[in-house]
Amino acid sequence: MDRFPLAGRLLLVGRLAVRDLRRRRAEAALLLLAIMTATTTLTLGLVLRDAAGDPYRSTRAATSGPDVVASTVRVAESAGVPGPGKPARSTELTELAELAGAPGVVGHSGPYPVTAARLQASGRTSDVQAVGRDAGPASVDRPEVLRGGWVRDGGVVLEAAFAGALDVRVGDPVTLDGRSFEVVGVAVTAAMPPYPKASCIFPCMNGAVPGGEAGAEPPPGLLRNPGLVWLTRTDVRNLTPDPDSLAYVMNLKLADPDGAQAFSDANHGVAMQSWQSILEDATELAGDSQILLLIGAWLLGLLATASLSVLVGGRMAAQTRRVGLLKAVGGTPGLVAAVLLAEYVLVAVAAAAAGLAAGSLAAPLLTESGAGLVGGTGTPSITVPTAGLVTAVALGVAVVATAVPAVRAARTGTVGALADSARPPRRVGWLVALSARLPVPLLLALRVAARRPRRVVLGVASIAITVSGIYVLLVLNAFLAGQPLSGGYGDAQVEVLRRALLVVTATLLSLAAVNAVVITWATVLDNRHSSALARALGATPREVSTALAIAQVLPALAGAVLGVFPGGYALFAAVNATTGGDGGRAPLPPLWQLLAVVLTTVLAVAALTAVPARLGGRRPVAETLRAGLT
Amino acid sequence: MSDAADIPVLRARGLRKEYGKEEGLVRAVDEVDLDIGAGETVAIMGPSGCGKSTLLHLLGGLDRPSGGQVRLNGRRIDDIGEKALAQLRRTDIGFVFQAFHLMEELTAVENVELPALLAGRSPRAARRRAEELLERVGLAGRARFLPSALSGGQRQRVAVARALSNEPSVVLADEPTGNLDSAATLDVLQLFEGLHGSGQTLVIVTHDARIAATADRMISMRDGAFVDETWLTGGTTGRLGALIGLED
Repeated sequence: MDRFPLAGRLLLVGRLAVRDLRRRRAEAALLLLAIMTATTTLTLGLVLRDAAGDPYRSTRAATSGPDVVASTVRVAESAGVPGPGKPARSTELTELAELAGAPGVVGHSGPYPVTAARLQASGRTSDVQAVGRDAGPASVDRPEVLRGGWVRDGGVVLEAAFAGALDVRVGDPVTLDGRSFEVVGVAVTAAMPPYPKASCIFPCMNGAVPGGEAGAEPPPGLLRNPGLVWLTRTDVRNLTPDPDSLAYVMNLKLADPDGAQAFSDANHGVAMQSWQSILEDATELAGDSQILLLIGAWLLGLLATASLSVLVGGRMAAQTRRVGLLKAVGGTPGLVAAVLLAEYVLVAVAAAAAGLAAGSLAAPLLTESGAGLVGGTGTPSITVPTAGLVTAVALGVAVVATAVPAVRAARTGTVGALADSARPPRRVGWLVALSARLPVPLLLALRVAARRPRRVVLGVASIAITVSGIYVLLVLNAFLAGQPLSGGYGDAQVEVLRRALLVVTATLLSLAAVNAVVITWATVLDNRHSSALARALGATPREVSTALAIAQVLPALAGAVLGVFPGGYALFAAVNATTGGDGGRAPLPPLWQLLAVVLTTVLAVAALTAVPARLGGRRPVAETLRAGLT
Repeated sequence: MSDAADIPVLRARGLRKEYGKEEGLVRAVDEVDLDIGAGETVAIMGPSGCGKSTLLHLLGGLDRPSGGQVRLNGRRIDDIGEKALAQLRRTDIGFVFQAFHLMEELTAVENVELPALLAGRSPRAARRRAEELLERVGLAGRARFLPSALSGGQRQRVAVARALSNEPSVVLADEPTGNLDSAATLDVLQLFEGLHGSGQTLVIVTHDARIAATADRMISMRDGAFVDETWLTGGTTGRLGALIGLED
């Protein structure tokens, strides 16, 4: 007996899988592409936040960023309706001072006075939080000046993303609460997320007014999307007649920066924000892009499964004789299934590796280019959980798509398989009866569809998934277009989100197009005998081509309608439920747009299937019938 | 002025079908001339690969000739478009294949009514005609059976019934008994005998001399060309089974 029977079997399985893949390179490439689109998007979704975090980390290093920012936040006077800040008490300043000596604190800067003001520049107005700083450098939080200089009396320094949004440059005149200042510098800091995600030292809100129209003013006393500016301490005090209305911030350096969040949570005397929390706010945009990409990745995963099911089904049909041979020489059903699965597992592993590489390389393209931060976005390193999840999804797609045909092939009788008898088509009696009453192209089309109901279901599902995705993308696109600063985003950030939307849309549409062509071609091949027979009995090539195309267009119509409702509605609801988003603020697509989506989908499928259907309708009849075994 | 009755149902002149080029050129059908009159049964014989099936496909418009002419009821069909050919196949030509070529997912009656539906007949008329034909071929009781539930002989009888669906001018049968056992062969031959008796024009391609013996005329083919032609007189009379050695 062989001491290593398993090794021999593994060698056989591997050899057969690799040889078959090499023999059908185009199909293998298509399989790889289908899975890779899903794994790339999934990788992008998983690593985007890591990639987006790089500029913040660079900024933190360059500016000696604080581990914790403590502030005497101006709280609302009554619940629900924010009011003006309550007077600062000396106890709060004492508490801040005590924090400087708290265990674990190894350095600090401040407390610095902060006031809220209204900035006007070049005809544009914005709320700001003005921090009073010393002219000299601080030990913690030294904002890095990108252009111009640091604060001096009468001179204001703007946070870089805020300056960019207002299109303000060094030397421009601005007013703060009516008082004139000159812009003397533009700087970045790690003590606060870049505009428009600034932390609220005074009561403020980022994004649209809840329940209000676009452009509605927030309630009195509540700042909206405040920018961050630095002045001298003197100028800050001069801006407000009431010293008690000032707030204070202090930057702390801890012995254990990783414990910053725990330190913040443990000290309730004053408001505190850890650097991890600031990082999260600073990369919130990447977080939203990430959600888009993850939704896209799951949709693409489903599409890839549909695509693969059709491809694998077609390939399995062509491998019937091979299965018979394997069984005839002693292959068990398990071995046969293993050989068939191995090919797709190999493709899936390759697609996972390629997707991980492509996704991590593409991640920097989908993040903000460091507005308000220094340093560019780096290529994120792939962690074990990320690699594991992406590989698992790729393998899942391959196994789900392959399992049914593989088991079916493994259970095929040896004699039947050796005779290479085609899998008999299904009979849907009522559809056959119904089709008899229809014009010839429809008659043939319904019968083509009825022969392989599973493929029709896959076609419907493929289109429904795509249209559901398009529906959600339309909603998000309208949301981004209709409300400037919706979700607290500026133009640059909206552009980044649009880029993410574009990536998801383009990949969805591409894979759906590949699916439509693959399904049509599989249908053409599967029906080549019946098409030839129909022509021998008097059907014209055009009637056969039209039938093959209609057999794709009808499921596409059903899929498009289902993709809008309930598909799109359900997916959008799921997105909202997952993200905790406020779906009510997003305008749903108008009816005409939904009808246009359905119509365009049907026309696109008709166009995509026209060529394969035409080829299928014109195959030589005599040759095809000669090859037929029925 | 020519009399319409004198026009052959099928006429071929200088018919050629070639594959390949130069040294690899193969003449599957080589300068064939043929006339088949109305109501005549012609058997074309020859070994495998001699070009008889190709000739049948050319005569039925399933394949395009490389040269020469084919006329059906006086109308030239070798140079007409695919659509016109398809219409001819609907109305004037019926095919019977060795491999039956039935739609596996359709019942016997649904298979038989298919050409009538393709020709635009009403579902009711198509069904009525299909049921009549199944009764004629002795399969009225099997009308709702799928092909997989029928024997080889029964399947071929369904195929014959389908070929007759639109009352064609000519039925072209390509090795109709090639996949059948002796008993089923006898069944099908008796069916053709009935068709011949009713005046149906038949062209049967076969390599079985016993089948050819039932025809009015037997043509032998070799290497794509006709090499012999024999007019038979007793092929369709008397006890067919005994004649061809399938029964005592």
